[in-house]
Amino acid sequence: MKRQWESLAEWLDQRTGLQTAIRQFLYEEIPASSGWHQVLGSVAVFLFLVQAFTGVLLAFNYAPTPGDAYNSLRYILTELTGGRLIRGLHHWGASMMIVVVVLHMTQVFLWGAYKKPREATWMVGVVLLLVTLAYGLTGYLLPWDNRAYWGTVVVTQIAAQAPLLGPYLTRLLGGEGAVGVVTFARFYGMHVLLLPPATLLLIALHVYLVRKHGVAPAPGDERRPPQKFYPRQVFKDTVAIFAAFAILFTMAVVARVPLEQLADPTDTSYVPRPEWYFLFLFQTLKMFSGPLEIVGSMVLPGLAILALVMVPFLDRSRMVRVTRRTVAIAFVALAGISWTGLTVAAARSTPPPAGTAQIDFSAPTDWMGLSPEELAGVAYFRQENCASCHAIGERNSIGPDLTRITIHKDAAWMIQHFKRPSAMRPGSSMPPILLGDAQLNSLAAFLLKLNPDNASALENAPEFALQGALVYQANHCGTCHMVNGVGMKIGPPLNGLAKRETRSWVVDHFADPQKLSPGSIMPPYRLAPKDLENLTSYLFALPE
Amino acid sequence: MRSAEIQPGEQITRRSFYVGAVYGICGIITAALGLPALVYLLFPPKVKKTGEWVEIGDVTQLAPNAPVEMVFRRNRVDGWRISSEKGTAWVVKHPDNHVVAFGPQCTHLGCAYHWEEGKNEFLCPCHSSLFGLDGRVISGPAPRPLDRYETRIEGTKLLVGPLVRSGGRPA
Repeated sequence: MKRQWESLAEWLDQRTGLQTAIRQFLYEEIPASSGWHQVLGSVAVFLFLVQAFTGVLLAFNYAPTPGDAYNSLRYILTELTGGRLIRGLHHWGASMMIVVVVLHMTQVFLWGAYKKPREATWMVGVVLLLVTLAYGLTGYLLPWDNRAYWGTVVVTQIAAQAPLLGPYLTRLLGGEGAVGVVTFARFYGMHVLLLPPATLLLIALHVYLVRKHGVAPAPGDERRPPQKFYPRQVFKDTVAIFAAFAILFTMAVVARVPLEQLADPTDTSYVPRPEWYFLFLFQTLKMFSGPLEIVGSMVLPGLAILALVMVPFLDRSRMVRVTRRTVAIAFVALAGISWTGLTVAAARSTPPPAGTAQIDFSAPTDWMGLSPEELAGVAYFRQENCASCHAIGERNSIGPDLTRITIHKDAAWMIQHFKRPSAMRPGSSMPPILLGDAQLNSLAAFLLKLNPDNASALENAPEFALQGALVYQANHCGTCHMVNGVGMKIGPPLNGLAKRETRSWVVDHFADPQKLSPGSIMPPYRLAPKDLENLTSYLFALPE
Repeated sequence: MRSAEIQPGEQITRRSFYVGAVYGICGIITAALGLPALVYLLFPPKVKKTGEWVEIGDVTQLAPNAPVEMVFRRNRVDGWRISSEKGTAWVVKHPDNHVVAFGPQCTHLGCAYHWEEGKNEFLCPCHSSLFGLDGRVISGPAPRPLDRYETRIEGTKLLVGPLVRSGGRPA
């Protein structure tokens, strides 16, 4: 068997030279000082391959046009098994790739590995960094949710400020006037058609240059015999790759990547924020205003990129040990501190997501279809900690699983049972629920709606909506208004309110209805600020 | 040179450890990416079951053994797109009040057939397949009986569900 395999490999090698090429690649000599500090380049290449792989998988179920893009991504997240994991890998892989590329550059910078004759290798590396950032920038728009849309609006406006080139850049990004279908097509084209082959070429060039000049030696290496790349260094690279992959996989499983509501260009209240790795630029931009804004948006980033490219020419000193490169260490420390400071400042000034931005659209949103009474029932279910005994979807909890229980008695039975559990079900260890009749009605209404298919979707109803529904019920809004087909038609139906009115109009309207809609018979409502906010957010989250 | 201090045998075990670890890690990563990818591509989507049943008409309006072509609209879930589309069924009420709704396509090559009033047969104009009132093939190239919709009667309303291939499997 082994001999057959060997003769096949030999046959192939004679015709293609494949084996010889692999052997040459693996048995390349590297300096004796090579080791763990040089694994990051391989990790970056690995992450690029993961991005390519997960990107292709996403593309198999993704429709690259606005509107459909959002729906198809929701389809991936809520309908397809493993879709959430694949997207998680792609999303966190992007962040991780930036981290690893920056660490790789930092290592090369600290060791002074960019010095003659390796200037070109370094400069190709800078271009690769920019390409990595370009992926982040263009990929950000592709979910076409509010976050994506408004983040890209900011980017195109920054591009428009460029001296002389501004109008042309805007046109190139398809952002004539606003971010729209053209911008989307351009970003998608860049992200999946232009950048990947460009990256492959640049990586090939980068690796070729590394091989041409050899891995940068440390002082003293000339006196020690070189080692081979395989298997020791390959082993170290692989262990580092595995560590990176383990972190990435854990992130993809544990950390939820949010999806906000479908991009709404008319949403004036949305506060856009860029992805975390662009926050420092965003904060720099905020330090300049008026005519100086261009300094923050163009001049400083431009100078920084230029300085990076020029590093090998600015530092022409002789190669010394990394521990003696104090200036380089000081530079890295300074850059690290400023980056952290700017990022923290930007993160601190980010308001917590408000209103509909809190809804996680990456999960099913069946709770939106509930009536206010049923949704208030979800609130009581949570408030009374019912799930501590009746864990949803778990058979082994203390009380019966309420999704599967076949009794599903009528509401009257349930309410009696809530008040005196053992009276309706002898031997029950359930404590009585100390709520009023209206509240127990709500709870029963919710439990009647509950089934195994919608349980988890109802469970992830956001807190503001539950609180909003409680306020709605407490003020008997349903005696005049209709929500999701439940209620009266004396006042206007409240579905689609977000499309008809602004938030501030609705808030003012509660205080003095007649002022804003003359002839209205709605009484004024003096709600506590928190209640008012939750109710308004809830009404704005209603489906159309 | 560090490796010179190591005995040759020791060097080989260390080398084989390196090689083994490299292959092992590559295998783990390939599996961790490949298996979810297969699941993602091969598992069917979790289709929502609601809205499959649609009302198409009133059973009291049907005369026994007189097939009627009924048109209805229903939502079709196509991946991430939900579209409203027209559906057609040939509905037959048997004398025992049992109602059957046939799919509108001939089982031969999918042509639309129709009811021949005088002959009491369904005729496909493409290759002259003939089907009886019960959907069975009387003559012609059709390989199997007409497909049927699942049906349900609520009060006097006739509801149709998914189309079931006459072999037994869903179409």
